[in-house]
Amino acid sequence: MSKVWVVTEWTREGPLGVSLELLTLARELAEEVCAVGFGEDPSAQAEVYGSYGAGKLFYVAGVGDNLPGPPLSKAMADRISSGDIPQVILLASTYDGRDIAARLSVKLDRPVLTNVVGLTQKEGKLYSSHAVFGGTQIVTATITAPPPAIFVVRPKSATAVPSSGGPAEIEELPFGELGATGAAKVVSRHIEEASGPKLDDASVVVSGGRGLGQKESYAMIEELAKLLHAAPAASRAVVDAGWVPYSYQVGQTGKIVKPDLYIACGISGATQHLVGMKGSKKIVAINKDPEAPIFQVADLGIVGDVHKVLPKLIEALSNR
Amino acid sequence: MNVVVCAKQIPDPAAPGSFDPVTKTLVREGKLILDDSDSYGVEMALQLIEQASGGEVTLISMAPKGEVSGLRTALAMGAHRAILISDDALAGSDALSTAKVLSKALSGESFDLILAATESTDGYTGTMPVQLAELLGLPSVSFARKVSLEGQGIRVERQTEAGYDEVVCPLPALVTVTAGVVEPRYPSFKGIMSAKSKPIKELNLSDLGMDPKEVGFTGSRQEVVEITEAPVRSSGEVVVDEGDAYLRIIELLEQEKIV
Repeated sequence: MSKVWVVTEWTREGPLGVSLELLTLARELAEEVCAVGFGEDPSAQAEVYGSYGAGKLFYVAGVGDNLPGPPLSKAMADRISSGDIPQVILLASTYDGRDIAARLSVKLDRPVLTNVVGLTQKEGKLYSSHAVFGGTQIVTATITAPPPAIFVVRPKSATAVPSSGGPAEIEELPFGELGATGAAKVVSRHIEEASGPKLDDASVVVSGGRGLGQKESYAMIEELAKLLHAAPAASRAVVDAGWVPYSYQVGQTGKIVKPDLYIACGISGATQHLVGMKGSKKIVAINKDPEAPIFQVADLGIVGDVHKVLPKLIEALSNR
Repeated sequence: MNVVVCAKQIPDPAAPGSFDPVTKTLVREGKLILDDSDSYGVEMALQLIEQASGGEVTLISMAPKGEVSGLRTALAMGAHRAILISDDALAGSDALSTAKVLSKALSGESFDLILAATESTDGYTGTMPVQLAELLGLPSVSFARKVSLEGQGIRVERQTEAGYDEVVCPLPALVTVTAGVVEPRYPSFKGIMSAKSKPIKELNLSDLGMDPKEVGFTGSRQEVVEITEAPVRSSGEVVVDEGDAYLRIIELLEQEKIV
């Protein structure tokens, strides 16, 4: 395979971890890796992406207060129409990555495969793996349309490994006029102070489920997470009930996390949740129901009432 | 204000899913119900038209064999009418093909806003709504955790990695809503009864002027080549709490060098 583009995302703290994972993955697939980036500080971006193997950074300037989907997809589609066609385009399964992939797939009239957890090459063909049915089965798929093949890849599907590259060469990619599709504008950005680590990267995650009973009980999850320098998380039921925002959701339709320790409190272990945390190094589960499926994957299962176990655990940890 | 809501009808998620070994696609037989994720879209649409002092909520769905039971649930909540596209040739369609079908079905409909879930519970591809927005030439705001009418447009709180952004967007537009964004109402008995006679317009591929090659297995241009069992994770120790199980947790935290 000769060329892969990786859509990268950059924050005030630097690149998203998943962007470095995708650049690493891209290096295994092709000789030429180009990052496609936007946002602040293109020279810093070029340096970091270069150190992960990108030879070039296609920088989309002037995204400003637009949502990234329309400008990034147009910039890339225009470049591809000019004859510069990568075999593969990788995007991260982030809020913006999914938007960009969707619009790009329409502009290019190409399918997009999402929820990719692995990519391998065999005899010149590219295969993607996807976890289905609560992660009990892995589906291997392939795109049969002509290039570019568009894949949206979950974080933690690859390990980020730096290469020995110097800064990537920057080439500006314009997006021109967006028309009606570019009409949405960001008017303010709110950073929610999460004092602890981000869920995607946390080495310890404390997660709450329907067994907590009511919204107020979720406070125990937040407290335990703080004590353990962990990230709080939740099952879909808790997010559906409006106790915590969607960004806390772990599972098939949420985040897949692979912390060193996942503590599941009042979570039954429905298949859709398991796929989001089965890869954790160690799992502790607290649930009243001895038949709860979560006990089938827990290294330490406590059959008990979270309202009794958690306060004692929190008190003991606070006193240390 | 007229709102279109994408409503997917899916196999009951509580029932175990399976793959058809021959076609290598999800088995979508048996009773189909309204995807829970879409009940938020329906509720949000009903609330927005109430805020706007009137209008209609139109459901749109692509489902096999003329299935309508999921649509009746949404109509019972208060939606006014539905558009259903059903055709055997649609089996095996991917997100992009589905978006193409819906966009053709919506041409000729007038609407101010399209609402959808961020992803479906059964396929969770998560791209169809924004693909639909692109096909229709609409702006879109995804992962909305709050939507309100403002002037001639909308103001949306959009989930981000760091928190949320406030986004303003003129209408017409497409918005995808996250779970828990509103509390879906339970259909009343009156709602259930009136749902039975609300209009459902049924369309097939030739009504849309589409070629079967654009959709279905052929149109998807992707293949499942293999389905394998994932490595199994086995269970460890189980302790019944007699009041001090928390100590066993602390022991593990120490073993793992977390405390």
